[in-house]
Amino acid sequence: MATVVPLAEAVGNLVRDGDSVALEGFTHLIPYAAGHEIIRQGRRDLVLIRMTPDLIYDQLIGMGCARRLVFSWGGNPGVGSLHRFRDAVQNHWPAPLEIEEHSHAGIANAYVAGASGLPFAVLRGYRGTDLPSRTPNIKPITCPFTGEELTAVPAINPDVAIVHAQRADRHGNVQLWGITGVQKEAVLAARRSLVTVEEIVEELQPRPGAVVLPEWAITHVSEAPGGSHPSYSAGYSVRDNGFYRAWDGIARDRDTFLAWMDENVLTRKAGR
Amino acid sequence: MTVPRSDSPLPAVPSGSPASAASSGAPGADPYTADEMMTVAAARRLRGGSCFVGIGLPSVAANLARRTHAPDLVLIYESGTIGAKPERPPLSIGDGELAETADAVVSVPEIFNYWLQPGRIGVGFLGAAQIDRFANINTTVIGTYDDPKVRLPGAGGAPEIAASCREVTVIVRQSPRTFVERVDFVTSVGFGSGPGDRERLGLRGSGPRTVITDLGVLEPDPVTCELVLTHLHPGVTVDRVRAATGWDLAVAADLRETEPPGPRELAALRALTGRQG
Repeated sequence: MATVVPLAEAVGNLVRDGDSVALEGFTHLIPYAAGHEIIRQGRRDLVLIRMTPDLIYDQLIGMGCARRLVFSWGGNPGVGSLHRFRDAVQNHWPAPLEIEEHSHAGIANAYVAGASGLPFAVLRGYRGTDLPSRTPNIKPITCPFTGEELTAVPAINPDVAIVHAQRADRHGNVQLWGITGVQKEAVLAARRSLVTVEEIVEELQPRPGAVVLPEWAITHVSEAPGGSHPSYSAGYSVRDNGFYRAWDGIARDRDTFLAWMDENVLTRKAGR
Repeated sequence: MTVPRSDSPLPAVPSGSPASAASSGAPGADPYTADEMMTVAAARRLRGGSCFVGIGLPSVAANLARRTHAPDLVLIYESGTIGAKPERPPLSIGDGELAETADAVVSVPEIFNYWLQPGRIGVGFLGAAQIDRFANINTTVIGTYDDPKVRLPGAGGAPEIAASCREVTVIVRQSPRTFVERVDFVTSVGFGSGPGDRERLGLRGSGPRTVITDLGVLEPDPVTCELVLTHLHPGVTVDRVRAATGWDLAVAADLRETEPPGPRELAALRALTGRQG
């Protein structure tokens, strides 16, 4: 049963030091407001899971929230590097960061297995690459019917999944549309979940192609208008490509980064 | 089919510098950059069908193909947008315009499992930070994995695109740092260590058929699977390509010259990238 609570309360209830946390949203609907609240609450030793770490995990890593990162593509799309991620991997700043890396297909399937209540997923993937040599979580598996050798990855079942959506009703039923990524799978794979939304409406109007997450499958819903910026929420905002470009300069230098975080995240209160 | 390797490495010409259009033979032909030649040459390889598009150079070239000779080309991005028709190349693989113009938008598990994995997609279009003699691609680390000189973004969709698209086209600027004898990390498999490796690994697509650079075009030898120089862009010499290659590059007996970009191609490309002619 979902309860609709303010964002700070939702994050406080759901995210604990040492948790595995998946903030998902594939370019679209990235839950920035919730990520910033985790930073403000000073969570530590998190295992951060996300296909494309994007700027939000650059910020969480740079602020020292993460112990480990599970990911499949760690760049600033169309711009270049995630400098805080690179600094953590190359120079252990602000803290050493363990990494477990996959391909997109691997993580997507691991979430599907997690949502499906299965221990692992099977796919045609990774074969011949150096990725399996870097983690115990990519292994060959033989098809019991054909004898073909395929690849298995263990299910991902995060302690907490956090996603952003366009709308919820007052009961906490959630509707999201556009590029829907792996958000449904992440929420259904997780032990606890938070959905931040652009707005809470009286009634959800059916919408072709929309994903609906019923309130009984979610722990908390919080209203966070603009909560996906600089990512976007189709129908509410457009991707702030200018900010993604500007982040390259902000994040390149440790002091500039810390000053930006102090001014734009730490000293700002969460929305409603 | 091999010519001896030049022992005198030539200075690399920075990408983006003007390429000679002199050999085009067209008086008053537009000057164009090496990057523009590369993008146009890549776009020409896309004839139709479907294309799984990586971000950056592949996306510009795929959109150019759709704007010029291949209007029915189906562009597929890993964000789940099938048949996207953006006005401008998107900055990310998930810009809103891709979803708004797509024939269908599907989830990420669906795009990889139902569309890519069974081999439904014709061409996989990839970039690379390093590529080797057998067209294996590295986008993970430069240096050692545990103590990398440069930590790169990683795999994304590329390993399975390289495995499962019916064929792969690679677009990458050519330099000795990029074209290496052995990649530091195999992120995506080209031909592994040589003939038979793709079959042995169960990779069902035919692998890289074309590698397009700012200097020319390389294609795998049908017997050895080793990349061979098959086309020079106008004004580029074999010695210059070999100097920009970290292994003893073989050259095709029937080495050809790439047709320079035509006015329509250049105009369409500049309309996409916003560059003034």
